[in-house]
Amino acid sequence: MSNFFERLLGRGPREASAHTAKERLQLVLIHDRTDLPPAVMDILKDEIIEAISKHVDIDRAGVEINLTQTRRENRLVANIPLLDAPGGGRKRRR
Amino acid sequence: MTAKVVTITSGKGGVGKTTATANIAVALAAAGERVVCLDGDIGLRNLDVVMGLENRIVYDLVDVVEGRARLRQAMIKDKRLPELYLIPAAQTRDKASVSPSDMIKVCNDLRPEFDWVLIDSPAGIERGFRNVVAPADLVLIVTNPDVSAVRDADRIVGLIEAEEKGPGQLILNRVKIEMVKRGDMLSTEDVLDVLAIPLIGIIPEDENILVSSNRGAPAAMDDKSRAGQAFRNIARRLKGEEVPFMSLEDNKGFLQKLAARLAPRPNRSGG
Repeated sequence: MSNFFERLLGRGPREASAHTAKERLQLVLIHDRTDLPPAVMDILKDEIIEAISKHVDIDRAGVEINLTQTRRENRLVANIPLLDAPGGGRKRRR
Repeated sequence: MTAKVVTITSGKGGVGKTTATANIAVALAAAGERVVCLDGDIGLRNLDVVMGLENRIVYDLVDVVEGRARLRQAMIKDKRLPELYLIPAAQTRDKASVSPSDMIKVCNDLRPEFDWVLIDSPAGIERGFRNVVAPADLVLIVTNPDVSAVRDADRIVGLIEAEEKGPGQLILNRVKIEMVKRGDMLSTEDVLDVLAIPLIGIIPEDENILVSSNRGAPAAMDDKSRAGQAFRNIARRLKGEEVPFMSLEDNKGFLQKLAARLAPRPNRSGG
């Protein structure tokens, strides 16, 4: 019924603010719970990249480091793509 | 027989801790339980006015802790119900007048004589919070469906777990069904997803709450109040009954809504 009137009045469906609230809460709470603010995460990411780069070539642009949560357990999840060793190793399959 | 000590807390102020404490106490007492309420908000006492007992205070919690009054002398009996008492907070002192071990001692003295000791908390996470959590067997966390209240509730969940009193159970207060339906208010499911703790009650927004505070007669005394019904459901769940969470949706059609509006008082029930 309300959708019908919204269409009649030419109003598109508005982004529900509750959805925005939930997303923002989930993000802020991960940082609250771990006492790890977003800015510190950026520093952490740079330092992890540096540390790993000393030993192996990585695709720096492809590095993803995120805080995730399941129930009340928080985790730091890193996805770090490695590059082929120059010369040596086997060809990377695409 | 020994009482269960239940602390009602929130983190953020103004979400309805005192209202929840008064209403759950009334609902338990109306169901025949022996109940004593302890106002843990020293310096900002309010449970007395919400319960309508403010004119009968002689001694308070700090008088008991400092030995100027015996526990019995500080207990005000609510004459409307068979076994409901209030121990008020001191109004002119600060949180530091009472320690966590004082609170544990007072509660232990009350346990043999009651089924329930309900403690209302101050807002915040400082000294007053530690005082009211120390004696708790169970912690109920009150929140509203807004980002700041939920964020503060999450902080409280973490602190309760750190004190090994966790995880606590959630009371979602002041839910506006119409706004949830429009997608403009966090739903119960949203809040539970975010906080990940068990739910003990959903209280719909209800003007009767303000009216009942005005009169000093908690809404749980009123059979027609939706919020009062929701608080009575919490009391039953505390007693171990399985009470389904009633849907806050009203699925009535237009004509039924109109009829309900014309009827004197629709008897809808809350969670």
